[in-house]
Parts: sequence; structure tokens; C-alpha cells
Amino acid sequence: MELVEIARWQFGITTVYHFLFSPLTMGLAVLTAILHTFYYRTNSEHYKLLTKYFGKLFIIIFALGVVTGIVLEFQFGMAWSEYSRFVGDIFGIPLAIEALMAFFLESTFIAVWLFGWGRLPKGVHLLSIWLVALGSNLSALWIIIANAWMQVPLGYVLNEGRAELSDFVAVMLNEQMLVMAQHTIIAAFVTGGLFMLGISAWQILRKNQADIFIKSAHIALVFTTVSALLVATTGHKHAQHTVKNQPMKMAAMEGLWESEKPASFSLFAIIDQENQTTRREFKLPYMLTVLAYNNLTSEVKGMKELQAEYEEAYGPGNYVPPVNIVYWSFRLMVGLGMLFILFGIGGLVLWWRNELEDNRVYLKLATVVMFLPLLANSLGWIVTEMGRQPWIVYGLMLTQDGVSPNVSRGSMLLTTIVFTLLYGILAAVAVYLVHRFARPGVPEDSEKMMHAY
Amino acid sequence: MDFQVIWFVLIAVLFIGYFILEGFDFGVGILMPLISKDDTDRRVVINTIGPFWDGNEVWLITAGGAMFAAFPHWYATLFSGFYIPLFLMLVALILRAVGFEFRSKKKEVWWRRTFDQFIFWGSLIPALLWGVAFTNIVQGLPIGADMNFTGNLLHILNPYALLGGIVAVLMFVLHGALFLSLRTTDKLKERAEKAASVLWVPIAVITATFAILGYWQTVLFEGLGLVPGSFPTLAILSFISCFVFIKLKMQGYAFAAMAGTILLGTAVVFYGLFPNVMPSSLDAAYSLTVYNASSSQLTLKIMSIVALFFVPIVMAYQGWSYYVFSKRVSRDAIPRD
Repeated sequence: MELVEIARWQFGITTVYHFLFSPLTMGLAVLTAILHTFYYRTNSEHYKLLTKYFGKLFIIIFALGVVTGIVLEFQFGMAWSEYSRFVGDIFGIPLAIEALMAFFLESTFIAVWLFGWGRLPKGVHLLSIWLVALGSNLSALWIIIANAWMQVPLGYVLNEGRAELSDFVAVMLNEQMLVMAQHTIIAAFVTGGLFMLGISAWQILRKNQADIFIKSAHIALVFTTVSALLVATTGHKHAQHTVKNQPMKMAAMEGLWESEKPASFSLFAIIDQENQTTRREFKLPYMLTVLAYNNLTSEVKGMKELQAEYEEAYGPGNYVPPVNIVYWSFRLMVGLGMLFILFGIGGLVLWWRNELEDNRVYLKLATVVMFLPLLANSLGWIVTEMGRQPWIVYGLMLTQDGVSPNVSRGSMLLTTIVFTLLYGILAAVAVYLVHRFARPGVPEDSEKMMHAY
Repeated sequence: MDFQVIWFVLIAVLFIGYFILEGFDFGVGILMPLISKDDTDRRVVINTIGPFWDGNEVWLITAGGAMFAAFPHWYATLFSGFYIPLFLMLVALILRAVGFEFRSKKKEVWWRRTFDQFIFWGSLIPALLWGVAFTNIVQGLPIGADMNFTGNLLHILNPYALLGGIVAVLMFVLHGALFLSLRTTDKLKERAEKAASVLWVPIAVITATFAILGYWQTVLFEGLGLVPGSFPTLAILSFISCFVFIKLKMQGYAFAAMAGTILLGTAVVFYGLFPNVMPSSLDAAYSLTVYNASSSQLTLKIMSIVALFFVPIVMAYQGWSYYVFSKRVSRDAIPRD
């Protein structure tokens, strides 16, 4: 393997792994804050116990999000130094602000909240968990500002072989960023919501404190369903920006080689990237045009036409991303998103009919569905990042030019293997611990330290 | 003053903050198995830094992010050049954090022993590597015309740099012992005080050796001549006053003096480097300076405004969290398994 390929695997593995935990913490932080608010307003013991219970699960996941996040920040300089030199003037800003504005906030107040039971005035204590929720979601916002610039570079001038900032506001208010941020953050709410729903359903099934866990199930259901609907609407907006700003990615998402007007949405296809053909296709007429332009008449360009355009603009080269991965990741993500909406609505209907607690099929499904958002989140990022290839910064820098020239293949390979093994072991330990702490149900309340190392 | 200078100072401040804060929690992590008599002791020791270590580590993340934003070439050269040491540091920091979070979640002895090892090595290795890394920088590195580091791992792990690593570890251990003497009670407190009192002299001898060798080994004293300047003098005074306070059993002052020593010692490094950030040992013309490694004026200006606004806020609430958890941790506070 080439150095750049190993570096890409490393980045892919460490980032996907990190993003298993991040959305869970973003969503669970908000939900824990909501539970705490219920406790604050009602003074009900049940909500207090639920807050502590989900707070405990939250902290295990949070720890893994934190430690795997440092790797990402270091990795740009370690493995992608040429990229860092090229983009630092712009890309570094959101990263630095992320640390100053978000990481300090969440890391300080998570400790204040955990160790603060019984030591702080109640209002201050409640505020601290909301600040954690704010911090973790703000951090997502800043990293997406950074990523959106790689997708749609704006507000820069090229000077001495690097991109320099010329318009700060353009970078901060990139339209691509706004839709990406909404889509990603709300997807994290679905992730947290289905996690809480799944855990609650599991306890209700086991008849363990069902009267308490039905309350968290209800909160999670409402939260999840609303969020899942918004993920779909923001996803639609996202697609409309993608077709405009990154038409090649859109075409790859559809396996669309020839331009179509109006374009149909492909449901299933066998794509042959080498011969640039797609076979055995099932299509919904007009639907891609609706997705991309929100009308019935516009043209969606195919990859062949776009390749010709890119060659004219950027010189000879292959500008088609790996189509199969992008196509199927997108299909699966959208399918899962639809499933979450239906699942949420289904749960609400059961609740309305007063059947939620007794519908064992639904509750069992909930304990499985809770894992699927992790997959959907990863697939979304795979579409975004693989669909941008061969570019690392769209239209400005190729991925192969971004890698560190002075790191040996051996070092890159060794570190990739160690990170992968280490992360695998950590994941296993984390799953084991979450299970172990989730199983007994809500704790007996005591005024001892809720969280002692 | 240019923005480059402001940002050089700010990055120095971030590293100083990082070394003072994470410095004591590294020290506590290293001392944890050495100073504890039983499992409850170990838990007390860990809980002294329980609410703080994560927030302390953010100083490093911020220093990294600020370096990326303000001096992209510095960030790129440093991080790619020190690829393997930084990789080891990342693994150590991961294991350490996991150690804190997971060790007391099960009561089996093997489980706790395993995570205790993570905490010990996870504190020792980064402390050592920071010393090694900064010593390398002040020694000058083989940096070529394209700003890339051209040496190898053996170059980084040279004897003088390893001595620098040991000095960093010892300084942090002393700092950690003083922190423990402020945060624990009874026997643990006595042992922490004793550790600080016993350790000072050997640490002073090793550090002095390291500093004197620095006249030959580093670029720091080139402009200074034989008599050290203000920062080194103040650093020495601060370190000596630390000893006096330890002997007088004034632990709070001793801890403050130790923090001052770390502040001033780090200031010696940064002050001595300026205007270089990564001096090249191949050719002075290849050295990275605050000017050829920096971002554009616009970026630096925007970042200055951001920092001016957020750094005081961060310091205020982080300081407040130290105040909230200022009570000593006793053995009674640890829940039974």
C-alpha cells in the first residue's frame, strides 16, 4: 500500500471510531439535561434516579469520546502535515475555537456536574449539565465549520502555495456548513434518543423498575421522533446544496453516469466503475430531481459529463470517487433514517393507545434499533468524505498531496495497526461496562459521591 | 507589537498552563502506586485529581489548536517530525484516561491492577516525552529547506534529550507530591509531605546538571553569555523558595512556588527560542521562526480577538471549579465497593 492509502485508513478508522461515541454523547448530554430539568421542576425522585442512571452511562461513553478526540487533532499534523501547511490559516481557526469555546466548557462542567450532587445550589447544578450539553454540541458545530470548508472552500485567497483567509464571515456562515451542522447535530439527538429508548425498553422487558423506565421511554420517544423527522428535512436541504456545490458527489451517490432531466432516484443498482456502467437498476422517476432541486424539471448531471468538465478545469486525472461505496452508504443511511421515523411514530401510536408497556415486539425491536444510528452516522460521513475524493480540499488540493512526506510507511502502518487494536479493545471494554452498569437499573439513592474514581 | 509576537506569547502561556496543571496530575498519577498502602488510598489519590484532570488536558488540545491556527508550519513540522513520540504519547494519554474512568468500576484485583498500570505509565510516558520533545527543540533539529524534519527516532532519543525527559518527570512528581499534600488528609498527607521533602535535593542536583549542560547542548544561552538572565534567575529563586516552604511545612506556598518554577522554566525555553520556534541544526536559514511559520495577519487578528474574549472566561470558570472542589479528599469519602 502507498503511504497515502495507509494514512487514509488510519484517518478513516480513528475518525469513524471517534464518531461512534461523539453523537451518543451529544444526544445523551441533552437528554440527561432534560431528565435533570424534569427533576428540578417536579422534584420527583424518579427523575432524579433516572438522571443519575443515564448520567452514569453517559460518562463511560463520554470518556471514550474525549480520548479518541485528541488523536484526531494531533493526526492532522502527524500524518497530514502538507495538508496542515496548506489549510492551517483557515482550518486551524475553528479547531482552536472549538477547544477554547467547547472543550473547556464540557470537560470542566462534566466534572462539576458529576461531583456536584449535594454540593452545589440546585440551579447551578442543573446549569452545569446544560453547559455540558451546550459544549458537546458546540464542538460538533466548530468541527463541521472546519469540515465544510474542505467540502466547499470559501473566503480564501491562494498565496505562496497555501490557502489564506480573506473573508472570515464567509467561512463561518458557509451555507454548506449550516445544513451539515443541522443534519449532523440532530442526527446525534436521534442517536441519543434511540439509545435511551432502547435501554428503557430493555428494563421494561425485564420487568425491572418498569414504572420508572416508562418515563424515560416516553421522553426518548418524543425527542427521537421529532429529531428523526428533522434529520430527513435537513438531509433534503443538504442534498440540494451538494448537487450545487459538489455535483460529482451527488452523481456518485446515485451511480448516475449519464446526465438526466428530470432525474430518477435509483433504489438498487449494480455499478461497474471500471466500465462506467450501471446495470439492473430500479428507479423512482422524478425523485432525484425532487431531492436535488425540489422541483420536477431540473437536470442532474452524470459523472461522465462532470469528469469531462473537471478535466477541463483541473487538468487530466480521474475525478470520480469510489462510486459503489458512496452509492450504497447513501442508500443505507437514507433507509435507516426512514426506519427511525417510522419506528418513532409507531412508538408514539402505541403510547397513545396505552399499549407501549405491553407490546413486547416493539420493546424488543427497540433494543436492537438503538444500535443502528451508530451505523447511519458512520455511513453519512463515509458518503461525505469518500464522495469528496480524490480531493482533500474540494477543487484545491488532492488527498495524495496532503500526506506527511517525512513519515515512513512502516511508522504509518505500525501506528495504524496499534490504534486499531487498541480501539477494538477499548470498544469491547466500554460495551461491557455500559452493559454492566445499565443492567441493575436505577441506583439506590445515597448522598455519597455519585461518581468516585 | 506584531500579532506573531502576541501569538508566540499566547502559545507559551497555553503550554505553561498545561505544564502547571497537567504537571501535577501527571505527578499524582506517577505517585499513585508508590504512595498508597491499599486500594482505598489509591482511590483517594485518584479522586484528588478526579474533577480536574480532564479539564487540564484541554490546555494541551488548545495549545495544539492554537499552534495549528497561528503557526501552521510550526504545527506541521513539530507533529510530523515527532510522529512516533507523539503517537506513544497519544496511546499513553488514552490508557491513562481510560484508567481513571474504568479502574474502580469493578472490584476484582486483576482489573484494578491493570488500570493502575495504565495510570502510572500513562502519566510517566507523556511527562518524559514532553521533556524529550522540548529538549530536542532547544537543541536544534535537522530541519531541511522544505521545513520538514529529516532525522529519525534515535536522533530524538539522544542522551541529553532523555535527561531532559527525566527532569520533566521529576519536576512533575514533586509538583504532584505537593498537590497531594494539599488535597489529602492524615497518613497520606504525611507521606506526600515526606516525599516532597526527600525528593527536592536529588531533583535539584539533576536539574542543575541538565541546566549547566545546556550551555553546550542548546541554543538557549547563545545570546545570554555566562550569567543567566532574569527568567533563569527567577526560576532558580522560585525553586529554592519551594524548598524553604517545604521545610517550613507551608505546603500551599510550596505548591505555588513549584508552579512558579514550572512557569519560569517554560518561559526560559520560549524566551530563549524567540524569534525561532524550531531552530534548524542544518542551516540557520532553514529555522522556523514566528514570521515564516505563521498564519496571515487577518487570521492572527481574528484569533487574537477570540482569545482575548475566551481565555479569561475559561480561566474564570476553571478557577471556580477548583474552588468548588477545594475540600480535601479523605478515606471516608470513598464509597465502599
